This record gives sequence, structure tokens and C-alpha cells, in this order.
Amino acid sequence: MRARLQNSVWGVVAWIAGIIFVFPVIWMVLTSFKQEADAATNPPSWFFAPTLAQYGQVFDRNITPFLLNSLMASVFSTILVVLLATPAAYALSLRPVAKWSDSLFFFITTKMMPAVAAFLPVYLLVKHLGMLDNVWTMVILYTSMNLPLAVWMMRSFLLEVPREVLEAGEVDGASLITSIRKIILPIVSPGLAATALICFIFAWNEFFLAVNLTATNASTSPIFLVGFISSEGAFLARLCAAATIVSLPVLIAGWVAQNKLVRGLSMGAVK
Amino acid sequence: MRRAPLLPALIFAIIVTQVPFLYTLYLSTLSWNALRPGDKPFVWLDNYVTVLSDSRLRSALLNTVVLTAGAVIFSVILGLVFALLLDRKFLGRGIVRTMLITPFLVMPIAAALLWKHALFNPTYGLINGLFGGSTDWVSSYPKAAVITTLVWQWTPFMMLILLAGLQSQSHEVLEAARVDGANAWQIFTKMTIPHLRQYLELGALLGSIYLVNTFDAIFSITQGGPGTATTNLPYEIYLTMFRKFEYGEASAAGVIVVILTIIVATFALRVISGLFKVEENR
Repeated sequence: MRARLQNSVWGVVAWIAGIIFVFPVIWMVLTSFKQEADAATNPPSWFFAPTLAQYGQVFDRNITPFLLNSLMASVFSTILVVLLATPAAYALSLRPVAKWSDSLFFFITTKMMPAVAAFLPVYLLVKHLGMLDNVWTMVILYTSMNLPLAVWMMRSFLLEVPREVLEAGEVDGASLITSIRKIILPIVSPGLAATALICFIFAWNEFFLAVNLTATNASTSPIFLVGFISSEGAFLARLCAAATIVSLPVLIAGWVAQNKLVRGLSMGAVK
Repeated sequence: MRRAPLLPALIFAIIVTQVPFLYTLYLSTLSWNALRPGDKPFVWLDNYVTVLSDSRLRSALLNTVVLTAGAVIFSVILGLVFALLLDRKFLGRGIVRTMLITPFLVMPIAAALLWKHALFNPTYGLINGLFGGSTDWVSSYPKAAVITTLVWQWTPFMMLILLAGLQSQSHEVLEAARVDGANAWQIFTKMTIPHLRQYLELGALLGSIYLVNTFDAIFSITQGGPGTATTNLPYEIYLTMFRKFEYGEASAAGVIVVILTIIVATFALRVISGLFKVEENR
């Protein structure tokens, strides 16, 4: 009885903490339904006639190409990452090559290197090739950004495939293709989905490379948000509407897949 | 043959990350300002001397350490509190968990702009709106403003890792300790914290890897200011590259950052490999 009471007291504390913590997001969404006049007030206005005007404005200012660029850069880089990382992870887990741990740690060190440190030559090369402001440049760079993470994650999922089953399959004469299709894929497909999801999130949110390598044709949605600020006076409600739109895909994906999130973000170290 | 599946990824990573770095090494020995036409003389290590004797780089280094450490420490502490709250059964636990991870899912640049304009703004920001006063949070407390935004975004990450750690504790052992008369505080300090140690290390390490690269929040909240109060290394190199067009100096600074990273990484890798061994042996 006492334990139950204690749990519900802590439950109330948890609820309060959760509401306070998420409040900036709630405030962002509330503000996005206000008129500009109601958005920038002191004291803050809690009751207002909700309007979709700001969302209309955001689409009038042509957010769509930015969203499409983000979608292209994120989806194509994610596909490429999965195609490169999965075989690599296979060679580092189920059929380990010699010195597999060196390769594994090589991948993680490329992640530790701050992007700015090797950015100038990338910029110069991209400029030299006439590939500035090109979505495919972003696809390649996002692929390299997410590759280490994906290799580590996929390795952790592949390690869950029981060796005995694989070996039994081989004894029965199953070809590599068959054992991938019949044994490996069914076990790792949730992991594959989680890997793809996390790579998508990081590519969708990326800012540094996008702001320095794109101008008008290939700009992604984070750039849209920044462009907004400098040119406007009263912009708070519109900013919140735009911020809500660009955050929505990742919010939904993250909410749906929250059970997989921790394993992915810890690169497979935490199950 | 066995190496074949590994090669595409390995070659890709080498071409896109290592080759540019070698080129950075070469560029760092040139005196090259993109605004100044003409040749780019080879100047040996002059750029390194310039960069290392420039107080801006030292302050950027210090700011990087303060911002990264501040954000990591506070998000680990807050994440631990939230994880402990979520490790109990109560009504609507799933909803609270969803609320607590939400800040991590907001696009970082959107989160930074939201905090700067909707919360920190001195005239119509929510913080002054609720609590009164007219403090200009961003210019009065620039580091704290950046750290607050980062902590808000990264606490859910720490919470998820630590919650996984808490839930992997053996309930029988905890129950046995309780039967033996240990109180909640003793159980927490003598059993839970030692058990969580590897999860705390992992969270802090991964958080640092990501947070050392912080650019979005600084770009949009403070632009590195006031003065150089929040200019970290990524932002300083960005300024050298795209505002001063000192390509040679920016490259030298980049190389120095990589050397520092290697030092930190050698230590970090030892921790990581230890952690992954523990996980695999379980």
C-alpha cells in the first residue's frame, strides 16, 4: 500500500517534469497557430483565435522545394548508407575478416573527427567540380557522415543471428543468397529499419554542410528556417509554423520508433 | 574474397574523409587568402605559428571545452533524474516518456531559433513573460543560454541510455538487498550507481563526440558573441574560412583540431572498447 502511494507521488512528479520539459515544443506549436500580433506579446497570450494563416504564409514563401531537397538528400543518402554498411557489417561480424576490429575502429574515428577539420578541401573540390548547390553532393556527404554509425549499428544487429543456424544452413547446402534471404534478413530487418531511421534523422537535421555548400537550388529545410529570420520584422508565429513543419517528419518517426532509438543512438552498445 | 563486402564502405570512407584531410595538411603550409589574387607561396609552418599565437584560437579551445563539458555534465545529471523517475510504474508512463524524448527530435536549428526568439527574447520571450523582469538572457549569459539549449536537446539521449541501464539491473538482487534491510539511498549509491557506471561513461562519451561539433546553436543563438564569448572551434574555423577567407590558417587550425581529437579519441576508444566487451560478454 505504502509502496503504491509512493509510486503515484513519484508518478505525479514525473508528469510535472515531463510537461515542463516538453513545454517549449508545445509553446512552439501554440505560437504557430497565432497571428503575429498575438505571438510577440508580454505577458504571453494564452487565449487566442487559432489561425492557419502562418502555415499558409510559410507555403507561400515556397518551403516546398526545401522540403523536397531535404527528402531527396535524406532518402538517397540513407539508401546508400544501408547498401554500403550492411555488407561491411557482415564482414565485421558473421564472417569476420582478419583485423576486423581495426576496421571497426577506423570507422568510428572518422566520426570523431570534427567535420570542420576536413571541410575546406571538400569545399574546394566540390567547387572545382562545379558541384556546389547540388543535392547529390549532399547525398554523398551525408552518406559519409552516417556510414560509421550504420556500420556499428548493423554489426550489433548481425551479431544476434545465431551462428549454429547459419552453419546448419551451410551444411544443408544453402547458398549465401538463400541464407541471407531465409535466415539473416528476417532476424535483422527490424535492426535495418532502425538503422535507416537514425541515418534519415541525422541527414534531415544536418545544418553545417547544408549552409556552406548550398545556395538556391539544393537548399534543405534547415536553411529555409535561417533564411526567414534575417529578412523579417515580426516573424515569431511564422517561424514557429515553419519550425513545426520541418520538425514534424522526425518527430513522428521518433515517436513511432522510440523503442529502437536508444540502441541506434548508442551505436548498438545498449540493447 | 572475404574482404569484398567490406571494401566498398572502407574505400568510400577513405576517399570522403581521409583524402580531404591529407589535402588539408598540404593547404596548411600555404599562405593563401582567397580574397588576395596571385600565387599561394609555401610558408612551411607559419600558419601554425600564427594560429597558435593567436589568442582567438586559445579562447575558442577553452570555449569548446566549457560548452561541451557543461552540456554533457548537466544533461547526464538531468537525464539520470528523468531515468530514475521513469524506472517506476505509474499511470501514463509511456506518455511521459514520449514527452521527455520529444526535445531530442526537434530539428536542432529549429530548437536553437525557438529558444532564442520565443523563450530568451527580452521583450516578448516566454521566460520573461512568465517570471517577469527584462533580462536579455542571450547577451547577459551567452554561454549559459547556449548550454541550456544543448542540455534541453541532449537530456533525452542520456535519459534513454541510463534508462536502459536501470532496466538491466537484476530485480532479485535489489529485492534481496531490500530484505537485508538496505534503505533506498544505500541501494542507490552502493548498487545502482556502480551498475550504471558504464552507461554513464557511454552517454558522456557519445554526447561529447556529438557536442564537440556544435555549430547550429552557436550560429543561430549568439553568432559566437558577444565578442568571442561563445566562439567554439568549429565556429572559429568557419569564420576563418568564410568570413576572413584565410584558407591556409583555417587549414592549420583544422589540423590542430584533428590532433587534439586524436589525443582525446585514443583515450575514448579505450573506454569504448571496454564498454563493448562488457556488453558482448553479458
